[in-house]
Amino acid sequence: MTSGATTSSGPGPSVPGPVPVPVPVLDDDPFSVSFLADPYPRHERMREAGPVVWLSHYGIWASARHEQVVTALTDWRAFSSASGVGLADFRKEKPWRVPSLLLEADPPDHTRVREVMTEVLSSRRVRGLREEFAAVAESLVGDLVERGTFDAVRDLAEVFPLRVFPDALGLPEEGRENLMPYGGMAFNGFGPRNDLFHEAMADAPRIQEWINESCRRENLAAGGLGQDIWAFADTGRITPEQAAMLVRSLLSAGIDTTVYAIGNALAALAAHPGQWARVHENPALAKLAFEEAIRFESPVQTFFRTTTRAVDLGGVRIGPGEKILLFLGAANRDPRKWINPHTLDVTRRTAGHVGFGTGIHACVGQQVARLEGDVVLTALARRAAMLSPTAAPEPRPNNTLRGFSSAPIRVEKAAVRGR
Amino acid sequence: MHEPEFVAVVREKIVVSDGVVALVLGHADGTPLPSWRPGAHIDLVLGDGLVRQYSLCGDPADASAYRLGVLREPAGRGGSAYVHDTLSPGDRILVRGPRNHFELEDAPSYLFVAGGIGVTPLLPMIAEVDAGGARWRLLYGGRTRPSMAFLDVLDRYGDRVLVRPQDRHGLLDLKGFLEEATRDTLVYGCGPEPLLAALEDACGARDMLRVERFAPKESIHDDRDGMFEVVLAQSGLTLTVGPGQTVLECVEAAGIPVLSSCQEGTCGTCETDVLEGTPDHRDSLLTEDERAEGTTMMICVSRCLGERLVLDL
Repeated sequence: MTSGATTSSGPGPSVPGPVPVPVPVLDDDPFSVSFLADPYPRHERMREAGPVVWLSHYGIWASARHEQVVTALTDWRAFSSASGVGLADFRKEKPWRVPSLLLEADPPDHTRVREVMTEVLSSRRVRGLREEFAAVAESLVGDLVERGTFDAVRDLAEVFPLRVFPDALGLPEEGRENLMPYGGMAFNGFGPRNDLFHEAMADAPRIQEWINESCRRENLAAGGLGQDIWAFADTGRITPEQAAMLVRSLLSAGIDTTVYAIGNALAALAAHPGQWARVHENPALAKLAFEEAIRFESPVQTFFRTTTRAVDLGGVRIGPGEKILLFLGAANRDPRKWINPHTLDVTRRTAGHVGFGTGIHACVGQQVARLEGDVVLTALARRAAMLSPTAAPEPRPNNTLRGFSSAPIRVEKAAVRGR
Repeated sequence: MHEPEFVAVVREKIVVSDGVVALVLGHADGTPLPSWRPGAHIDLVLGDGLVRQYSLCGDPADASAYRLGVLREPAGRGGSAYVHDTLSPGDRILVRGPRNHFELEDAPSYLFVAGGIGVTPLLPMIAEVDAGGARWRLLYGGRTRPSMAFLDVLDRYGDRVLVRPQDRHGLLDLKGFLEEATRDTLVYGCGPEPLLAALEDACGARDMLRVERFAPKESIHDDRDGMFEVVLAQSGLTLTVGPGQTVLECVEAAGIPVLSSCQEGTCGTCETDVLEGTPDHRDSLLTEDERAEGTTMMICVSRCLGERLVLDL
């Protein structure tokens, strides 16, 4: 199936363009289990084939290069999100859930709710979460380091965000086990209706009901981010229906992403002892290490856009109303942008990576994610002189996210030193 | 309470003179638009951080439509170009306001002075004043006659309107025009800064002048990009941030690892504690309170209001 790239001048619907540019055609299925389990060689082939390629398996455009991915993410007028940021085209097929007000919307509708969420997740508010998050991280990591060996994903990456974030939101204790499955639905839901999609959706009605219940005002604890959102409904800036939908956005986008990010960071750092030594030596590097890990092993690998008009991208003419798959994870390893892109370097200047997206849809909760990564890695950096994998990490395939279901590691406890 | 904010739909877009289009906006859901008084303006939220103010120039009694005149400003950051080139009938657009910093006060007589697109807020004022029977005159200047918008609207007022394109008449004769002013006259002026400055001079000490300034937001910062000193408290370094250089660039060049991402003040990644000095905040994230407090700043875009900042780096 993975024959080399072929070149054709006329894939896709024919579009009258000034100069027909030959467009590389690839037959990869980027949502196949084999692709998802080992994406980087396939990314490279796609990236080197051209700035924009045609994926014949789905009849869609794609880009794996940093420059074109940034252009498409930034130019929201030509590359719309309102038709869905997954493979499904909302103008032609019914979405599996009510579209997100943030992710699956364009200005002007997007602008109003995005501004509300920017205020809800203000830097002051996120700073206020640090103390609690750090205390949980210190305690959790302290216990794990005492054990000597643990699973970086199951015992830490899945445990920490699932404790601190639902608390910060003010979610009820009961039913939190639905959060990861719901994230699995949301992120597998951006792909085709393949086995991953159907497995994720197996229990969808029950989980969606719990999610919808949890977004209601009366079910959210006072002082949490959920009530902060609802308070905006009182000012008239958003409707009660929108408030519930925005709480849902935090539930879909705020859990799995950080679970994968922390798991990926720990797996990457365990595999690079020299880099971990630097973080251990200087725990102030923890937040840089987390950022570099997001570049290196991006939790959110892909998002789609849909063209609103005929547009040139990297010299390729794309017609109106067409889907383009943007490989964020591949853009973050584009050698045109990065020196030694396949090397983890915790002191690298990571600005410009698109692990949180960029432009008007850039992750609105990115400072919460950075806070979570920082406190976990800082707590570990103080206690662990060395990390090493005891087995290869187990990939957890997902149509959008990249990460592991298991990453067993051994830690070498540091000599006691002042905090 | 928050000021009105709603999605409007572009009903019509008409070229009304060289470089000026008139927009007619209605409420997207068909409900009546918020009420307004002559002199009011609205924000058009154009995305990408572009927010532009435009005066309402239609009829305040018509709650079904807002009318605006938009001049193409080649030196602008793209707001007017977007309205001219891209925005089309049927498009939806976010609107804030209306608000009014240019209220029409009661007076027995008025003199209006318009420069170019500055005529827009004066149109509903003139309509109201004329209907109320007050005495009034308008002196309307512009580059050339074809560049001057809404001459057709003003046509019906006959010789109460003096149209004075600069290519034929030179600079406006403000002094001569103001000779008509009596003790009770109010003068309303709107237009480019040099015209308003000349108008202020001509009115002298008399409290009869009301003006609205068009200050293009994008140029406000230009003369404040001066040099300042940044002390990094933890590292013990003192750096000089030059004009055209960011604090972030300077700190990175000194070999201090700092995290940054968007580099345009929108993501919050490079937020840094300020120990001394007053930041000149240029980000889009901090609240008014946080700005006033000045204990934190986004070093990718924000600068210094004084000569020295001490940062916790």
